[in-house]
Amino acid sequence: MSRSMTMAEKILAAHAGLDSVEPGQLVEVDVDFALGNDITAPIAIKTFRQAGVKTVFDRERLALVSDHFVPNKDIMSAEQALILREFAAEHGIVHHYDGGESGVEHVLLPEKGLVVPGDVVIGADSHTCTYGAMGIFATGVGSTDLAAVMITGKTWFKVPRSIKFVYKGNLSPWVGGKDLILYTIGDIGVDGALYMAMEFTGPVMDSMSMAGRFTMSNMAIEAGGKVGLVNPDDTTLNYVNGRAVRDSVLYRSDEDAEYARVIDYDCSGIEPQVAFPHLPENTKGISEVGNIPLDQVVIGSCTNGRLEDLALAADVISGKKVSKGLRLIVLPTTPTVYMQALSAGILATFMNAGAVIGPPTCGPCLGGHMGVLAKGERALATTNRNFVGRMGHPKSEVYLANPAIAAASAVLGRIASPDEL
Amino acid sequence: MKIKGKVWKFGENIDTDVIIPARYLNTSDPEELAKHCMEDADPDFSRKIKPGDIIVAGKNFGCGSSREHAPIALKAAGIGCVIAPSFARIFYRNAFNMGLPIFECDGISGGIRAGDVVEVNADTGEIRDLTTGDVFSAQPIPPFMQELISDGGLIPHVLKNL
Repeated sequence: MSRSMTMAEKILAAHAGLDSVEPGQLVEVDVDFALGNDITAPIAIKTFRQAGVKTVFDRERLALVSDHFVPNKDIMSAEQALILREFAAEHGIVHHYDGGESGVEHVLLPEKGLVVPGDVVIGADSHTCTYGAMGIFATGVGSTDLAAVMITGKTWFKVPRSIKFVYKGNLSPWVGGKDLILYTIGDIGVDGALYMAMEFTGPVMDSMSMAGRFTMSNMAIEAGGKVGLVNPDDTTLNYVNGRAVRDSVLYRSDEDAEYARVIDYDCSGIEPQVAFPHLPENTKGISEVGNIPLDQVVIGSCTNGRLEDLALAADVISGKKVSKGLRLIVLPTTPTVYMQALSAGILATFMNAGAVIGPPTCGPCLGGHMGVLAKGERALATTNRNFVGRMGHPKSEVYLANPAIAAASAVLGRIASPDEL
Repeated sequence: MKIKGKVWKFGENIDTDVIIPARYLNTSDPEELAKHCMEDADPDFSRKIKPGDIIVAGKNFGCGSSREHAPIALKAAGIGCVIAPSFARIFYRNAFNMGLPIFECDGISGGIRAGDVVEVNADTGEIRDLTTGDVFSAQPIPPFMQELISDGGLIPHVLKNL
Protein backbone atom coordinates (compact mmCIF):
# COMPACT_ATOMS: atom_id res chain seq x y z
CA MET A 1 0.00 0.00 0.00
CA SER A 2 1.33 3.44 -0.85
CA ARG A 3 2.02 5.90 1.93
CA SER A 4 -0.50 8.55 2.95
CA MET A 5 0.16 11.67 0.92
CA THR A 6 -0.67 15.34 0.67
CA MET A 7 -2.33 16.54 -2.52
CA ALA A 8 0.99 18.04 -3.69
CA GLU A 9 2.63 14.63 -3.32
CA LYS A 10 -0.27 12.83 -5.02
CA ILE A 11 -0.23 15.09 -8.08
CA LEU A 12 3.55 14.82 -8.47
CA ALA A 13 3.50 11.03 -8.00
CA ALA A 14 0.80 10.65 -10.66
CA HIS A 15 2.76 12.79 -13.12
CA ALA A 16 6.02 10.97 -12.40
CA GLY A 17 4.40 7.57 -12.98
CA LEU A 18 5.04 6.55 -9.37
CA ASP A 19 2.75 5.04 -6.73
CA SER A 20 4.04 7.45 -4.13
CA VAL A 21 6.64 10.13 -3.55
CA GLU A 22 8.02 11.74 -0.41
CA PRO A 23 9.40 15.19 0.41
CA GLY A 24 12.95 15.73 -0.80
CA GLN A 25 12.65 13.19 -3.63
CA LEU A 26 13.66 14.43 -7.08
CA VAL A 27 11.11 13.53 -9.75
CA GLU A 28 10.73 14.08 -13.46
CA VAL A 29 7.12 14.88 -14.29
CA ASP A 30 4.94 15.30 -17.35
CA VAL A 31 3.70 18.87 -17.66
CA ASP A 32 0.04 19.27 -18.64
CA PHE A 33 0.22 22.94 -19.55
CA ALA A 34 2.90 25.63 -19.84
CA LEU A 35 2.73 29.40 -19.99
CA GLY A 36 4.90 32.34 -20.97
CA ASN A 37 4.17 36.06 -21.27
CA ASP A 38 5.51 39.07 -23.16
CA ILE A 39 8.35 39.54 -20.64
CA THR A 40 9.43 35.94 -20.07
CA ALA A 41 8.56 34.13 -23.31
CA PRO A 42 10.98 36.10 -25.54
CA ILE A 43 13.93 34.61 -23.62
CA ALA A 44 12.37 31.13 -23.73
CA ILE A 45 11.74 31.46 -27.47
CA LYS A 46 15.32 32.60 -28.07
CA THR A 47 16.57 29.59 -26.12
CA PHE A 48 14.17 27.27 -27.98
CA ARG A 49 15.52 28.56 -31.30
CA GLN A 50 19.15 28.21 -30.12
CA ALA A 51 18.48 24.58 -29.32
CA GLY A 52 17.60 24.03 -32.96
CA VAL A 53 14.35 22.21 -32.12
CA LYS A 54 11.69 22.21 -34.83
CA THR A 55 8.42 21.74 -32.92
CA VAL A 56 7.01 22.44 -29.47
CA PHE A 57 6.02 19.44 -27.34
CA ASP A 58 2.31 20.10 -27.90
CA ARG A 59 0.95 23.19 -29.64
CA GLU A 60 -2.33 22.96 -27.70
CA ARG A 61 -0.65 22.88 -24.28
CA LEU A 62 1.40 26.04 -24.40
CA ALA A 63 -0.12 29.47 -23.82
CA LEU A 64 1.68 32.61 -24.92
CA VAL A 65 -0.05 35.59 -23.33
CA SER A 66 0.91 39.20 -23.99
CA ASP A 67 -0.40 40.88 -20.86
CA HIS A 68 2.36 42.72 -19.01
CA PHE A 69 3.31 45.64 -21.24
CA VAL A 70 0.27 45.61 -23.54
CA PRO A 71 -1.21 47.48 -25.26
CA ASN A 72 2.46 47.97 -26.19
CA LYS A 73 3.85 50.73 -24.01
CA ASP A 74 6.92 51.53 -26.12
CA ILE A 75 8.88 50.29 -29.11
CA MET A 76 10.92 47.77 -27.15
CA SER A 77 7.86 46.18 -25.51
CA ALA A 78 6.13 46.13 -28.91
CA GLU A 79 9.05 44.12 -30.23
CA GLN A 80 8.76 41.66 -27.35
CA ALA A 81 5.05 41.07 -28.09
CA LEU A 82 5.99 40.67 -31.75
CA ILE A 83 8.35 37.80 -30.87
CA LEU A 84 5.38 35.94 -29.33
CA ARG A 85 3.15 36.69 -32.34
CA GLU A 86 5.72 35.44 -34.84
CA PHE A 87 6.56 32.32 -32.85
CA ALA A 88 2.86 31.50 -32.38
CA ALA A 89 2.23 31.81 -36.13
CA GLU A 90 5.31 29.78 -37.01
CA HIS A 91 4.47 26.92 -34.64
CA GLY A 92 0.68 27.01 -34.80
CA ILE A 93 0.38 27.78 -31.09
CA VAL A 94 -3.35 27.49 -30.41
CA HIS A 95 -3.45 29.59 -27.25
CA HIS A 96 -1.69 32.79 -28.19
CA TYR A 97 -3.51 35.76 -26.68
CA ASP A 98 -2.95 39.27 -27.88
CA GLY A 99 -5.01 42.43 -28.49
CA GLY A 100 -8.71 42.16 -27.71
CA GLU A 101 -8.46 38.46 -26.89
CA SER A 102 -5.86 38.91 -24.22
CA GLY A 103 -6.18 39.32 -20.50
CA VAL A 104 -4.17 38.88 -17.33
CA GLU A 105 -2.83 35.36 -17.76
CA HIS A 106 -3.70 33.95 -14.34
CA VAL A 107 -7.33 34.97 -14.70
CA LEU A 108 -7.53 34.16 -18.40
CA LEU A 109 -6.25 30.56 -18.33
CA PRO A 110 -8.66 29.27 -15.64
CA GLU A 111 -11.52 31.23 -17.23
CA LYS A 112 -10.92 29.52 -20.57
CA GLY A 113 -10.66 26.11 -18.89
CA LEU A 114 -7.11 25.57 -20.19
CA VAL A 115 -5.82 24.44 -16.80
CA VAL A 116 -7.85 21.79 -14.98
CA PRO A 117 -7.84 20.16 -11.53
CA GLY A 118 -5.14 17.51 -11.14
CA ASP A 119 -2.77 19.15 -13.65
CA VAL A 120 0.89 19.97 -13.31
CA VAL A 121 1.30 23.47 -14.76
CA ILE A 122 4.47 25.50 -15.06
CA GLY A 123 4.55 29.13 -16.07
CA ALA A 124 7.34 31.59 -16.58
CA ASP A 125 5.65 33.93 -14.14
CA SER A 126 5.84 33.69 -10.37
CA HIS A 127 2.07 34.01 -9.89
CA THR A 128 1.44 30.78 -11.79
CA CYS A 129 0.74 29.39 -8.30
CA THR A 130 -2.74 30.99 -8.64
CA TYR A 131 -4.13 27.78 -10.20
CA GLY A 132 -3.46 25.93 -6.94
CA ALA A 133 -6.93 27.17 -6.01
CA MET A 134 -8.30 24.60 -8.48
CA GLY A 135 -6.28 21.69 -7.06
CA ILE A 136 -3.50 22.11 -9.63
CA PHE A 137 0.22 21.74 -8.88
CA ALA A 138 1.14 25.02 -10.56
CA THR A 139 4.36 26.90 -10.03
CA GLY A 140 6.49 29.65 -11.51
CA VAL A 141 9.79 28.96 -13.23
CA GLY A 142 12.31 30.97 -15.21
CA SER A 143 12.39 31.29 -18.98
CA THR A 144 15.04 28.60 -19.45
CA ASP A 145 12.96 26.04 -17.55
CA LEU A 146 10.00 27.06 -19.73
CA ALA A 147 12.12 26.54 -22.86
CA ALA A 148 13.01 23.02 -21.71
CA VAL A 149 9.30 22.24 -21.19
CA MET A 150 8.46 23.70 -24.61
CA ILE A 151 10.93 21.20 -26.06
CA THR A 152 10.25 18.09 -23.96
CA GLY A 153 6.92 18.52 -22.14
CA LYS A 154 8.71 17.47 -18.97
CA THR A 155 10.41 19.11 -16.03
CA TRP A 156 11.98 18.10 -12.74
CA PHE A 157 10.94 18.98 -9.22
CA LYS A 158 12.10 18.30 -5.72
CA VAL A 159 8.97 17.13 -3.91
CA PRO A 160 8.22 19.91 -1.40
CA ARG A 161 7.24 19.50 2.21
CA SER A 162 3.75 20.83 2.91
CA ILE A 163 2.42 23.29 5.46
CA LYS A 164 -1.26 22.96 6.29
CA PHE A 165 -3.16 26.12 7.17
CA VAL A 166 -6.52 25.56 8.85
CA TYR A 167 -8.88 28.55 8.72
CA LYS A 168 -11.70 28.35 11.28
CA GLY A 169 -14.36 30.65 12.69
CA ASN A 170 -16.46 33.28 10.96
CA LEU A 171 -15.25 36.04 8.69
CA SER A 172 -15.84 39.60 9.89
CA PRO A 173 -17.45 42.14 7.52
CA TRP A 174 -15.17 43.20 4.63
CA VAL A 175 -12.82 40.29 5.23
CA GLY A 176 -12.09 37.89 2.36
CA GLY A 177 -9.38 35.78 0.76
CA LYS A 178 -7.02 38.75 0.38
CA ASP A 179 -7.12 39.46 4.09
CA LEU A 180 -6.56 35.84 5.08
CA ILE A 181 -3.52 35.47 2.84
CA LEU A 182 -2.06 38.83 3.94
CA TYR A 183 -2.64 37.83 7.56
CA THR A 184 -0.93 34.49 6.91
CA ILE A 185 2.08 36.12 5.23
CA GLY A 186 2.23 38.63 8.08
CA ASP A 187 2.35 35.70 10.48
CA ILE A 188 4.89 33.41 8.78
CA GLY A 189 6.91 36.03 6.85
CA VAL A 190 7.94 36.39 3.22
CA ASP A 191 10.10 33.27 3.48
CA GLY A 192 7.83 31.42 5.92
CA ALA A 193 6.95 28.79 3.32
CA LEU A 194 10.23 28.94 1.39
CA TYR A 195 10.38 25.98 -0.93
CA MET A 196 7.24 24.42 0.58
CA ALA A 197 3.72 23.61 -0.58
CA MET A 198 1.10 25.70 1.21
CA GLU A 199 -2.24 23.98 1.64
CA PHE A 200 -5.23 26.13 2.57
CA THR A 201 -7.90 24.14 4.44
CA GLY A 202 -10.66 24.36 7.04
CA PRO A 203 -14.33 25.36 7.15
CA VAL A 204 -13.62 28.91 6.01
CA MET A 205 -11.94 27.62 2.84
CA ASP A 206 -14.77 25.12 2.29
CA SER A 207 -17.29 27.94 2.05
CA MET A 208 -15.05 30.39 0.16
CA SER A 209 -15.81 31.27 -3.47
CA MET A 210 -13.37 30.44 -6.27
CA ALA A 211 -12.49 34.14 -6.56
CA GLY A 212 -11.34 34.23 -2.92
CA ARG A 213 -9.45 30.97 -3.31
CA PHE A 214 -7.65 32.25 -6.42
CA THR A 215 -6.58 35.34 -4.46
CA MET A 216 -5.11 33.22 -1.67
CA SER A 217 -3.27 30.78 -3.92
CA ASN A 218 -1.99 33.70 -6.01
CA MET A 219 -0.01 35.09 -3.09
CA ALA A 220 1.58 31.80 -1.93
CA ILE A 221 4.75 32.96 -3.69
CA GLU A 222 4.75 36.03 -1.44
CA ALA A 223 5.50 33.66 1.46
CA GLY A 224 8.15 31.88 -0.62
CA GLY A 225 5.80 28.96 -1.35
CA LYS A 226 6.22 26.68 -4.34
CA VAL A 227 2.49 26.13 -4.66
CA GLY A 228 -0.65 27.29 -2.81
CA LEU A 229 -3.21 24.51 -2.90
CA VAL A 230 -6.89 24.19 -2.08
CA ASN A 231 -8.44 20.71 -1.92
CA PRO A 232 -10.87 20.46 -4.85
CA ASP A 233 -14.58 20.18 -3.97
CA ASP A 234 -18.03 21.00 -5.39
CA THR A 235 -17.13 24.69 -5.63
CA THR A 236 -14.15 23.73 -7.82
CA LEU A 237 -16.25 21.43 -10.00
CA ASN A 238 -19.01 24.02 -10.42
CA TYR A 239 -16.37 26.45 -11.64
CA VAL A 240 -14.68 23.94 -13.95
CA ASN A 241 -17.80 22.39 -15.48
CA GLY A 242 -18.60 23.81 -18.86
CA ARG A 243 -15.19 25.34 -19.39
CA ALA A 244 -12.51 22.66 -18.88
CA VAL A 245 -10.87 21.48 -22.10
CA ARG A 246 -9.64 18.27 -20.46
CA ASP A 247 -10.98 15.90 -17.78
CA SER A 248 -10.37 16.86 -14.19
CA VAL A 249 -8.75 14.58 -11.62
CA LEU A 250 -9.46 15.49 -8.02
CA TYR A 251 -6.51 14.88 -5.70
CA ARG A 252 -7.30 15.51 -2.05
CA SER A 253 -4.85 15.17 0.82
CA ASP A 254 -5.14 12.05 2.97
CA GLU A 255 -6.38 12.66 6.53
CA ASP A 256 -3.15 11.23 7.95
CA ALA A 257 -0.75 12.84 5.46
CA GLU A 258 2.46 14.26 6.91
CA TYR A 259 2.96 18.00 7.21
CA ALA A 260 6.05 20.00 8.13
CA ARG A 261 3.74 22.28 10.12
CA VAL A 262 0.04 22.66 10.79
CA ILE A 263 -1.09 26.20 11.60
CA ASP A 264 -4.61 26.98 12.87
CA TYR A 265 -6.14 30.41 12.50
CA ASP A 266 -9.32 31.61 14.19
CA CYS A 267 -10.56 33.97 11.49
CA SER A 268 -13.21 35.54 13.74
CA GLY A 269 -10.63 37.95 15.13
CA ILE A 270 -9.08 38.89 11.77
CA GLU A 271 -9.96 42.34 10.43
CA PRO A 272 -9.26 43.66 6.92
CA GLN A 273 -5.49 43.67 6.42
CA VAL A 274 -3.19 46.28 4.90
CA ALA A 275 0.42 45.45 3.94
CA PHE A 276 2.70 48.45 4.46
CA PRO A 277 5.79 49.18 2.35
CA HIS A 278 8.00 47.47 1.36
CA LEU A 279 7.13 43.82 2.01
CA PRO A 280 3.84 41.90 1.92
CA GLU A 281 4.60 40.64 5.47
CA ASN A 282 4.32 44.17 6.94
CA THR A 283 0.64 43.75 7.70
CA LYS A 284 -1.66 45.64 10.04
CA GLY A 285 -5.35 45.41 10.77
CA ILE A 286 -7.32 48.30 9.23
CA SER A 287 -8.03 49.73 12.72
CA GLU A 288 -4.28 50.14 13.32
CA VAL A 289 -3.45 51.87 10.05
CA GLY A 290 -3.73 55.52 11.13
CA ASN A 291 -3.87 58.41 8.68
CA ILE A 292 -2.19 57.43 5.39
CA PRO A 293 -3.14 59.88 2.59
CA LEU A 294 -3.09 58.43 -0.93
CA ASP A 295 -2.37 59.69 -4.46
CA GLN A 296 -3.59 56.64 -6.34
CA VAL A 297 -5.73 53.52 -5.88
CA VAL A 298 -5.51 50.57 -8.28
CA ILE A 299 -8.16 47.84 -8.47
CA GLY A 300 -7.15 44.94 -10.71
CA SER A 301 -4.37 42.35 -11.22
CA CYS A 302 -4.18 38.55 -11.09
CA THR A 303 -4.70 38.89 -7.33
CA ASN A 304 -7.94 40.89 -7.18
CA GLY A 305 -9.20 41.84 -10.63
CA ARG A 306 -11.98 39.31 -11.08
CA LEU A 307 -15.66 40.15 -11.53
CA GLU A 308 -16.40 39.48 -7.83
CA ASP A 309 -13.62 41.89 -6.83
CA LEU A 310 -14.92 44.64 -9.11
CA ALA A 311 -18.50 44.06 -7.96
CA LEU A 312 -17.48 44.34 -4.30
CA ALA A 313 -15.56 47.57 -4.90
CA ALA A 314 -18.41 49.01 -6.99
CA ASP A 315 -20.92 48.29 -4.20
CA VAL A 316 -18.76 50.29 -1.81
CA ILE A 317 -18.19 53.23 -4.14
CA SER A 318 -21.70 53.37 -5.65
CA GLY A 319 -23.17 56.89 -5.49
CA LYS A 320 -19.94 58.36 -4.09
CA LYS A 321 -17.06 60.29 -5.62
CA VAL A 322 -13.36 59.63 -5.73
CA SER A 323 -11.52 62.06 -3.45
CA LYS A 324 -10.33 65.21 -5.26
CA GLY A 325 -6.75 64.80 -6.43
CA LEU A 326 -6.69 61.02 -6.10
CA ARG A 327 -6.56 58.78 -9.20
CA LEU A 328 -8.66 55.61 -9.05
CA ILE A 329 -7.60 53.17 -11.79
CA VAL A 330 -9.74 50.09 -12.43
CA LEU A 331 -8.43 47.32 -14.68
CA PRO A 332 -10.81 44.44 -15.43
CA THR A 333 -8.54 41.45 -15.99
CA THR A 334 -9.96 39.76 -19.09
CA PRO A 335 -12.27 40.67 -21.99
CA THR A 336 -14.98 38.50 -20.38
CA VAL A 337 -14.60 40.19 -16.99
CA TYR A 338 -14.68 43.55 -18.77
CA MET A 339 -17.86 42.69 -20.69
CA GLN A 340 -19.60 41.28 -17.60
CA ALA A 341 -18.65 44.34 -15.57
CA LEU A 342 -19.96 46.52 -18.38
CA SER A 343 -23.28 44.63 -18.63
CA ALA A 344 -23.78 44.65 -14.87
CA GLY A 345 -23.32 48.42 -14.70
CA ILE A 346 -20.18 48.04 -12.59
CA LEU A 347 -18.02 50.09 -14.95
CA ALA A 348 -20.66 52.83 -15.05
CA THR A 349 -20.63 52.92 -11.25
CA PHE A 350 -16.85 53.37 -11.27
CA MET A 351 -16.98 56.03 -14.00
CA ASN A 352 -19.71 57.96 -12.19
CA ALA A 353 -17.44 57.95 -9.16
CA GLY A 354 -14.63 59.43 -11.24
CA ALA A 355 -12.47 56.36 -11.92
CA VAL A 356 -10.31 55.70 -14.96
CA ILE A 357 -11.16 52.35 -16.57
CA GLY A 358 -8.19 50.71 -18.28
CA PRO A 359 -7.85 47.68 -20.53
CA PRO A 360 -6.96 44.22 -19.22
CA THR A 361 -3.23 44.44 -18.44
CA CYS A 362 -0.76 43.77 -15.63
CA GLY A 363 0.49 47.33 -16.32
CA PRO A 364 0.74 49.28 -13.08
CA CYS A 365 1.17 46.29 -10.72
CA LEU A 366 4.83 46.08 -11.73
CA GLY A 367 5.32 49.74 -12.56
CA GLY A 368 5.08 49.04 -16.27
CA HIS A 369 2.49 51.52 -17.48
CA MET A 370 -1.11 52.71 -16.95
CA GLY A 371 -0.52 54.09 -13.48
CA VAL A 372 3.18 54.56 -12.69
CA LEU A 373 3.96 56.50 -9.50
CA ALA A 374 6.08 59.65 -9.23
CA LYS A 375 8.70 60.25 -6.55
CA GLY A 376 7.09 60.51 -3.15
CA GLU A 377 3.67 59.32 -4.29
CA ARG A 378 1.68 56.76 -2.39
CA ALA A 379 -0.72 54.14 -3.75
CA LEU A 380 -3.02 51.53 -2.34
CA ALA A 381 -3.49 48.56 -4.66
CA THR A 382 -5.36 45.27 -4.72
CA THR A 383 -2.20 43.75 -6.24
CA ASN A 384 0.37 41.42 -4.66
CA ARG A 385 3.73 43.16 -4.15
CA ASN A 386 4.79 46.38 -2.46
CA PHE A 387 8.55 46.13 -2.97
CA VAL A 388 10.71 49.26 -3.35
CA GLY A 389 9.95 50.81 -6.76
CA ARG A 390 7.35 48.18 -7.59
CA MET A 391 4.85 50.68 -9.07
CA GLY A 392 7.26 53.31 -10.25
CA HIS A 393 9.78 55.63 -8.61
CA PRO A 394 12.02 53.96 -6.00
CA LYS A 395 10.85 56.64 -3.55
CA SER A 396 7.15 55.87 -4.05
CA GLU A 397 5.11 53.63 -1.75
CA VAL A 398 2.61 50.81 -2.31
CA TYR A 399 0.11 49.50 0.26
CA LEU A 400 -1.76 46.25 -0.41
CA ALA A 401 -5.38 45.57 0.55
CA ASN A 402 -8.68 44.05 -0.61
CA PRO A 403 -11.06 45.66 -3.16
CA ALA A 404 -13.52 46.97 -0.55
CA ILE A 405 -10.76 48.78 1.34
CA ALA A 406 -9.46 50.07 -2.00
CA ALA A 407 -12.83 51.55 -2.92
CA ALA A 408 -13.39 53.17 0.47
CA SER A 409 -9.85 54.55 0.43
CA ALA A 410 -10.40 56.08 -3.01
CA VAL A 411 -13.44 57.95 -1.69
CA LEU A 412 -11.82 59.17 1.52
CA GLY A 413 -8.39 59.91 0.03
CA ARG A 414 -6.64 57.88 2.72
CA ILE A 415 -6.51 54.22 3.70
CA ALA A 416 -9.94 53.53 5.16
CA SER A 417 -12.62 50.94 5.84
CA PRO A 418 -16.02 51.01 4.11
CA ASP A 419 -17.44 51.36 7.65
CA GLU A 420 -16.15 54.95 7.67
CA LEU A 421 -18.23 55.96 4.64
CA MET B 1 36.51 26.51 -9.17
CA LYS B 2 37.56 29.51 -7.07
CA ILE B 3 35.89 32.89 -7.02
CA LYS B 4 37.68 35.88 -5.50
CA GLY B 5 36.39 39.42 -5.22
CA LYS B 6 35.43 42.39 -3.12
CA VAL B 7 32.24 42.11 -1.08
CA TRP B 8 29.15 44.28 -1.60
CA LYS B 9 26.59 43.83 1.15
CA PHE B 10 22.82 43.91 1.03
CA GLY B 11 20.08 43.13 3.58
CA GLU B 12 17.40 40.45 3.87
CA ASN B 13 14.68 39.69 1.31
CA ILE B 14 16.42 41.41 -1.61
CA ASP B 15 13.66 41.05 -4.20
CA THR B 16 13.82 40.74 -7.97
CA ASP B 17 12.42 44.27 -8.38
CA VAL B 18 15.54 45.54 -6.59
CA ILE B 19 17.88 43.27 -8.57
CA ILE B 20 16.38 44.46 -11.85
CA PRO B 21 13.37 46.83 -11.73
CA ALA B 22 10.42 45.82 -13.95
CA ARG B 23 10.57 49.15 -15.76
CA TYR B 24 13.65 47.82 -17.59
CA LEU B 25 12.08 44.52 -18.62
CA ASN B 26 11.20 45.74 -22.10
CA THR B 27 14.47 44.10 -23.11
CA SER B 28 16.30 40.88 -22.30
CA ASP B 29 19.69 42.17 -23.52
CA PRO B 30 22.23 41.27 -20.78
CA GLU B 31 24.38 44.40 -21.22
CA GLU B 32 21.34 46.68 -21.03
CA LEU B 33 19.98 44.87 -17.94
CA ALA B 34 23.42 45.00 -16.28
CA LYS B 35 23.39 48.81 -16.33
CA HIS B 36 20.36 48.84 -14.00
CA CYS B 37 21.37 45.97 -11.72
CA MET B 38 20.58 46.69 -8.02
CA GLU B 39 19.83 50.27 -9.04
CA ASP B 40 17.01 50.92 -6.55
CA ALA B 41 19.21 49.81 -3.64
CA ASP B 42 22.40 51.52 -4.87
CA PRO B 43 22.03 53.76 -7.95
CA ASP B 44 25.76 53.57 -8.83
CA PHE B 45 26.16 49.84 -8.22
CA SER B 46 26.83 48.75 -11.81
CA ARG B 47 29.49 51.46 -12.22
CA LYS B 48 31.23 50.76 -8.92
CA ILE B 49 31.69 47.00 -9.13
CA LYS B 50 34.57 45.16 -10.75
CA PRO B 51 34.35 41.78 -12.51
CA GLY B 52 34.40 38.97 -9.98
CA ASP B 53 33.02 41.02 -7.08
CA ILE B 54 30.81 39.17 -4.66
CA ILE B 55 27.39 39.97 -3.20
CA VAL B 56 26.80 38.93 0.41
CA ALA B 57 23.18 39.31 1.47
CA GLY B 58 20.65 38.32 4.12
CA LYS B 59 18.09 35.53 3.92
CA ASN B 60 15.63 34.95 1.05
CA PHE B 61 17.73 36.62 -1.66
CA GLY B 62 15.87 36.86 -4.99
CA CYS B 63 12.30 36.71 -3.68
CA GLY B 64 9.43 37.87 -5.88
CA SER B 65 9.17 37.50 -9.61
CA SER B 66 10.31 34.57 -11.76
CA ARG B 67 12.21 36.92 -14.07
CA GLU B 68 15.39 35.28 -15.32
CA HIS B 69 16.50 38.83 -16.06
CA ALA B 70 17.60 38.99 -12.38
CA PRO B 71 20.47 36.46 -12.54
CA ILE B 72 21.19 37.60 -16.13
CA ALA B 73 21.66 41.19 -14.91
CA LEU B 74 23.89 40.16 -11.97
CA LYS B 75 26.06 37.95 -14.15
CA ALA B 76 26.35 40.49 -16.96
CA ALA B 77 27.26 43.18 -14.41
CA GLY B 78 30.25 41.03 -13.50
CA ILE B 79 29.14 39.56 -10.17
CA GLY B 80 31.24 36.45 -9.45
CA CYS B 81 28.82 34.86 -7.04
CA VAL B 82 26.12 35.58 -4.47
CA ILE B 83 26.34 34.28 -0.89
CA ALA B 84 23.29 34.33 1.40
CA PRO B 85 21.77 32.19 4.18
CA SER B 86 18.88 31.27 1.83
CA PHE B 87 17.55 32.00 -1.65
CA ALA B 88 14.01 32.20 -3.00
CA ARG B 89 13.33 28.99 -4.90
CA ILE B 90 12.69 30.32 -8.41
CA PHE B 91 15.79 32.53 -8.20
CA TYR B 92 17.86 29.58 -6.98
CA ARG B 93 16.92 27.52 -10.02
CA ASN B 94 17.28 30.44 -12.43
CA ALA B 95 20.75 31.34 -11.12
CA PHE B 96 22.20 27.94 -11.93
CA ASN B 97 20.33 27.82 -15.25
CA MET B 98 22.00 31.13 -16.16
CA GLY B 99 25.43 30.06 -14.91
CA LEU B 100 25.58 32.39 -11.91
CA PRO B 101 27.16 30.61 -8.90
CA ILE B 102 25.32 31.04 -5.60
CA PHE B 103 26.19 29.70 -2.16
CA GLU B 104 23.93 29.08 0.82
CA CYS B 105 25.77 29.88 4.04
CA ASP B 106 24.28 30.47 7.50
CA GLY B 107 25.73 33.35 9.43
CA ILE B 108 27.48 34.87 6.44
CA SER B 109 25.75 38.24 6.53
CA GLY B 110 26.81 38.97 10.11
CA GLY B 111 30.34 37.69 9.62
CA ILE B 112 31.67 39.51 6.58
CA ARG B 113 32.02 43.26 6.13
CA ALA B 114 31.43 45.30 3.00
CA GLY B 115 34.72 45.86 1.20
CA ASP B 116 36.41 42.71 2.52
CA VAL B 117 38.08 40.55 -0.10
CA VAL B 118 36.68 37.04 -0.05
CA GLU B 119 37.69 33.81 -1.77
CA VAL B 120 35.13 31.05 -2.32
CA ASN B 121 36.14 27.49 -3.13
CA ALA B 122 33.21 25.89 -4.96
CA ASP B 123 34.67 22.38 -4.56
CA THR B 124 34.78 22.47 -0.77
CA GLY B 125 32.28 25.22 0.03
CA GLU B 126 34.97 27.05 2.02
CA ILE B 127 34.53 30.81 2.12
CA ARG B 128 37.68 32.62 3.28
CA ASP B 129 37.61 36.31 4.21
CA LEU B 130 41.14 37.29 3.12
CA THR B 131 40.83 40.65 4.88
CA THR B 132 40.07 39.24 8.34
CA GLY B 133 41.19 35.61 7.99
CA ASP B 134 37.74 34.34 9.04
CA VAL B 135 36.50 31.13 7.42
CA PHE B 136 32.89 30.14 6.72
CA SER B 137 31.40 26.96 5.36
CA ALA B 138 28.81 26.75 2.56
CA GLN B 139 27.30 23.87 0.63
CA PRO B 140 29.84 22.98 -2.10
CA ILE B 141 28.76 22.96 -5.75
CA PRO B 142 29.01 19.42 -7.18
CA PRO B 143 31.28 18.90 -10.23
CA PHE B 144 28.46 18.58 -12.81
CA MET B 145 26.91 21.86 -11.62
CA GLN B 146 30.33 23.56 -11.80
CA GLU B 147 30.64 22.34 -15.37
CA LEU B 148 27.17 23.74 -16.09
CA ILE B 149 28.29 27.09 -14.68
CA SER B 150 31.55 27.18 -16.65
CA ASP B 151 29.65 26.29 -19.83
CA GLY B 152 27.59 29.44 -19.27
CA GLY B 153 24.36 27.93 -18.00
CA LEU B 154 21.94 25.06 -18.58
CA ILE B 155 21.26 25.49 -22.29
CA PRO B 156 24.89 25.92 -23.47
CA HIS B 157 25.73 22.97 -21.20
CA VAL B 158 22.99 20.78 -22.69
CA LEU B 159 23.84 21.77 -26.27
CA LYS B 160 27.52 21.03 -25.69
CA ASN B 161 26.69 17.52 -24.52
CA LEU B 162 24.20 16.65 -27.27
